[in-house]
Amino acid sequence: MNFDLSDDAKTLKEAARKFLDARAGPSAARKVMDSGQTHDAKLWAEVVEQGWPAARVPEAHGGLGLGADEACVLAEEIGRSLAPVPLMSTLSAIEALLIAGSAAQQAEWLPKLASGEAVGVIAWAEGPNSPLQTPATKLEGGKLSGRKSPVIDGLVATVAIVTIATPDGPAMAIASLEGVTREKQDTLDLVRPSATLSFAGTPAEGLGTAADWVKLTERLAVLSAWEALGTADAARDMTVAYAKDRVAFGQRIGRYQGVKHKLADMFIKAELARAHALHGCWAWEADAPELAQAASAARVASLDALAFTAEESVQLHGGIGFTWEQDCQFYYRRNRLLAALIGSRAHWSDRLVRALEQRNRAAA
Amino acid sequence: MDFNDTAAEAEFRAKVKAWLAEAAAEYLQPPAKPWALEDFVTRSKAWQLKKFEAGYVGITWPKAIGGQGLTPMHQIIFNQEESRTFVPTGLYSIGLGMCIPTVFTHGSPEIAARYVPKALRGEEVWCQLFSEPVAGSDLASIRTKAVKDGDEWVINGQKVWTSFAHKSDFGIVVTRTDFDAPKHKGLTMFIVDMHAPGMEVRPIKQMSGGSDFNEVFFTDVRVKDTHRLGEVGEGWKVSLTTLMHERLAVGGKPRNAPGYQTLLNVANSLETDTGPAIQQTDVRNRIADTYIADEGIRLTQMRALSALSRGQIPGPEQSISKVVVAKTLQDMSAFALDLAESAGFAVEPGSDLEKLQGSYMWSAGLRIAGGTDEILRNIIAERVLGLPGDLRPDKDTPFSQLKPL
Repeated sequence: MNFDLSDDAKTLKEAARKFLDARAGPSAARKVMDSGQTHDAKLWAEVVEQGWPAARVPEAHGGLGLGADEACVLAEEIGRSLAPVPLMSTLSAIEALLIAGSAAQQAEWLPKLASGEAVGVIAWAEGPNSPLQTPATKLEGGKLSGRKSPVIDGLVATVAIVTIATPDGPAMAIASLEGVTREKQDTLDLVRPSATLSFAGTPAEGLGTAADWVKLTERLAVLSAWEALGTADAARDMTVAYAKDRVAFGQRIGRYQGVKHKLADMFIKAELARAHALHGCWAWEADAPELAQAASAARVASLDALAFTAEESVQLHGGIGFTWEQDCQFYYRRNRLLAALIGSRAHWSDRLVRALEQRNRAAA
Repeated sequence: MDFNDTAAEAEFRAKVKAWLAEAAAEYLQPPAKPWALEDFVTRSKAWQLKKFEAGYVGITWPKAIGGQGLTPMHQIIFNQEESRTFVPTGLYSIGLGMCIPTVFTHGSPEIAARYVPKALRGEEVWCQLFSEPVAGSDLASIRTKAVKDGDEWVINGQKVWTSFAHKSDFGIVVTRTDFDAPKHKGLTMFIVDMHAPGMEVRPIKQMSGGSDFNEVFFTDVRVKDTHRLGEVGEGWKVSLTTLMHERLAVGGKPRNAPGYQTLLNVANSLETDTGPAIQQTDVRNRIADTYIADEGIRLTQMRALSALSRGQIPGPEQSISKVVVAKTLQDMSAFALDLAESAGFAVEPGSDLEKLQGSYMWSAGLRIAGGTDEILRNIIAERVLGLPGDLRPDKDTPFSQLKPL
């Protein structure tokens, strides 16, 4: 029995934590918010130098050829630090190429994404659609037409994985964003800006099949679960520290069971989510048939943990928690970004039950 | 990452499997109907002796006291394989899980030599006499009194929630020997003979209708000073040994308890006003939530096992187990009964819904047993998150002078 991250992943996690503790966190997030920048360019350059975008890229394409474990711990630490860099979007685009890219597509894009020369995003949202609903965007004769919004990190990206309509449902195309019209799209998260991308005859290539897109959404559900876990842990740590410090009625508020039990519930929800996130990581790495159920459960459990933690952390901070100057807003807002990232809680809750039904049918 | 045994674990598992295939041959299927208590006790004793003779009792205990000197992983592998069969279990779980480790940790060598071997062989059954009507979560408030009389102690008082008291030969009892000391300082632990004059065991009828526990009344019960466990006044420390073992023993989802799969089956069999229950969003959502809790706890246990397998101590994640399991069972059972409308209310013996009615009733007890939901949340908040403890106004006052605030 070895249901745990690899030692290499744990080492990377510690290194990433130390690196980001010194450079990111709520105050760095606040700078980006206040300045209206698309991201923290200096930090991104340093992240690229660390080789993190190259983590999953095979060595033949200039990458490090690491496993799912390593991608997951990077997601967790980016989530914890709120780092205003397009790493998760770039890792997501790389995963699309790893699943569905032809040899030529991989050779064209993976080295650029690994080196930071290109920044990737996943452009699937068209408003109220789910990731598995057929989008309006089309790829015809090598030309892309349609409008994607909001595209998280879309202002800084140079290449997009774009979902398109096919007879089998949504599938992917890959397009350079050179010459594509992009406008800032305001969202609830003020640290990782989003864009509206308008494709009007943009040159693009199809990327894999509709089944590849389904598989990508599962991997991204796992990746986002780790990111959400990191964010939830940071919000909880901040709130625990506050509860140990704040005095009311002559006591530290952390002595009150009304406070203490909420903090315990944050831990309980996070540990449940961590177990599923680890299961998802295992199923991804092993390419196991359990990925559909494990990824769905990881996504739902992590969103539940993050929503509860972000909401109750404002509550436990009291009035100060509701101010612009206090950092609770970053976690509260990031909670909405992660909830929207790759399909809602409701979408994944239903996918989980569908996966269980399919498993039961297969066993019958 | 994998879910596989190491080579050494696989070898031990294969050995256990081969032994069980033969030794537990009559228990490979569930019994046609539940055993009557006497039959259960007879079968339990026979099975315990078989296990002892094969070297599968006290797996993690030192060899010097009759154990096998193996690791927690060996115990877990044995338990996993044993639980695939339908052998009688439970009669010895408290005695061997909690009482005997306290006896050999805190008793004299003579006492250990007298009691441990017979407990290992299953010849003598043990119970734990801790909770009282006035002292449940706040165990250190117990009032059962022990007074020294020559080289004996005389015990008077009442214990409650004692499993298998009526089938036990011995028990460990925590008593108050100094009413003028603060509550944690005036306690002393003893071994008592459950057949001694002055002991009376009465079953408790639970709100679920069953009787799984007892009250035990002590009237001038005499215990030799040689049967004291630990020093006089050190009973709280001694009881922590026992409770530490309880935390290891209680947790996880009870075997055969309904879960997300039950809810899936129920939802597949029922119609609602707006179509099949399985197609309703709220029903599917509840199935997903139940899966997340059930499987989340199973996977959390896998994490702990992985640590044990490497010879490490599991992290604090284990502490979430019971608090999640008990409430999930209660919520899921109520939801399923609601789905069935009045059929979920009417009792039909042998039906699937009857099982859910049963789990709805006993989950209410599970949320209290072995640490209430509230105490477990305190433990997580204080020991894992490092929050300050509740204020305890009774901590330093002599017990005899305590007045509630």
